[in-house]
Amino acid sequence: MRLAVGIALVCAALVAAAVAFAWHPEIDKISPPLAVSFDRSLVAQGQDLARLGNCAGCHTSEPSKPLAGGRPLETPFGKVFVSNITPHADHGIGTWSRAAFGRAMRRGILRDGTHLYPAFPYEHFTHATDDQLDALYAWLMTRRPIANQVPATKLAGLYGFRPLVAGWNLLYLEQGPLERDRSKSDEWNRGRVLVEGLGHCGGCHTPRNRFGAEDKARAYDGAWTEGWYAPPLNAHSPAVQPWTAQELHTYLRTGLAPHHAAAAGPMGGVTRALSQVPDEDVRAISTYVASLMADAPARRQEPPQPVDRLAVAQQQHPEAAALYAGSCALCHEPGAPMMQQGRPRLAWGTPLHEDNSHDTVRIIMKGLASPAGAAGPTMPAYADLLDDRQVQEIAAYLRTRFTDKPAWSDVQAAVAEARK
Amino acid sequence: MITLTVNGQAHQVDVDPDTPLLYVLRNDLALNGAKFGCGLGQCGACTVLIDDKPVCSCLMPVSALGARRVRTLEGLHADGRPGPLPAAFEAEQAAQCGYCIAGMIVRAQALLEHNPRPTEEEVRNHLAPNLCRCGTHMRILRAVRRAAEAMGGGVRDVAEQP
Repeated sequence: MRLAVGIALVCAALVAAAVAFAWHPEIDKISPPLAVSFDRSLVAQGQDLARLGNCAGCHTSEPSKPLAGGRPLETPFGKVFVSNITPHADHGIGTWSRAAFGRAMRRGILRDGTHLYPAFPYEHFTHATDDQLDALYAWLMTRRPIANQVPATKLAGLYGFRPLVAGWNLLYLEQGPLERDRSKSDEWNRGRVLVEGLGHCGGCHTPRNRFGAEDKARAYDGAWTEGWYAPPLNAHSPAVQPWTAQELHTYLRTGLAPHHAAAAGPMGGVTRALSQVPDEDVRAISTYVASLMADAPARRQEPPQPVDRLAVAQQQHPEAAALYAGSCALCHEPGAPMMQQGRPRLAWGTPLHEDNSHDTVRIIMKGLASPAGAAGPTMPAYADLLDDRQVQEIAAYLRTRFTDKPAWSDVQAAVAEARK
Repeated sequence: MITLTVNGQAHQVDVDPDTPLLYVLRNDLALNGAKFGCGLGQCGACTVLIDDKPVCSCLMPVSALGARRVRTLEGLHADGRPGPLPAAFEAEQAAQCGYCIAGMIVRAQALLEHNPRPTEEEVRNHLAPNLCRCGTHMRILRAVRRAAEAMGGGVRDVAEQP
């Protein structure tokens, strides 16, 4: 009997502790602050930070409804609908105080005390500084309120029980600003805060564990996002030419690196956002990311000669050689008009050197938007021009001709997936 | 010899396999609706329909067509009379120099066949890959609207939400 009581008491204590840990109070509503109540220079800083964090990348589903959310993010746990973060009193965050906003960014708790799912990258945003959050809050609260009702996120089974996220936070959330590394330059430290914090680069470039948390032991090892492969940003970088801080800066600022590639997939939006922020921020990010890639193969060896195994490729993929001549060579062959404009040679193209063919296949089928700014050449989408087998052939031809790496084994699957 | 089906008719042409479809249409089949603009898939003047999808014919090696059907501006006319889209472009006088118009009409045709009641925004996004240097965009939009109505649909104006 005494034992039973004891066990019951221990259980009750554990439940109470769990509840205390998982439960968070509601923060009182405020009446939506007037736009004029915010300092304009603070709002301007907030705009830069929103671009550095690419808030719109997830939160803007339709261009006519900026930041009004609604898009489903596909996660291994189900669809997570992106929140409306316009200052609308009923549908957005109009009634959120600065404290409520700060708690959501640092700890992933909504104003009413509900846990957010970590699809919202608060494991990064927790590293934002107070000044950054002040500015971001000022910017968000001065946007146009949009009455967009976002569907409720309902994950299946146990994942639908949000208080469990408290356990996730206990395991994976390292709260608060980052300690300054005094052995490194100011620029490096500034870059680190941006990359690890609001920039949340690891959100796409770091693989996740089975609970959806970024695997810190494999930070920047390369990972999958929305069907694209975000390549490694560390010693495993497959790039043939070294990613220096200068080259990264050019890439992040314009969406095009003359010795690597054009920004594709979700990275296109990132570079378009970064083309509009203060230059010193992009320089700091470049300095930090270049330091992550200091041990990449390309940084440790002599600059390579471009590979062009034309005869081998023609012999192995004769049909693709004709397709390439008719569809690709006009822009990509050395000497073509487009190559006079500082485009990267295919031999330097990072996607061709990745271990999987997904990015190459997707770029062929979906094309590339013009780099930062509306004007400039685009790569047309070939999904409607070429059938699946023809895309496979071209991908195999490019891999054979412009790299000395083994043939891909996943091309068929990559084409089928991109076709969906 | 390469066999291709254009506007419902089979043709045989003796060309290199990497010859762009555009060259075959214009030089071998005397179908001059599609225009050579940039030759790089950047302007849309050469747009044709391949299995009902709008593509730049300058990027299409003719040998890659296989059994897929090609339709050109000429195919949008029946019995010598313009179909709804060419007729609407004429009625709205949507051409200034006219170089882009064949591509515009063909691309718009693909949209209206697939979606008879697009929104204004959908029309604009759909036509975005095709360039017009004269600046007749507003007339082109009016022509697409007129054609959509003539085809029993229409272009929806979606009021922006507050």
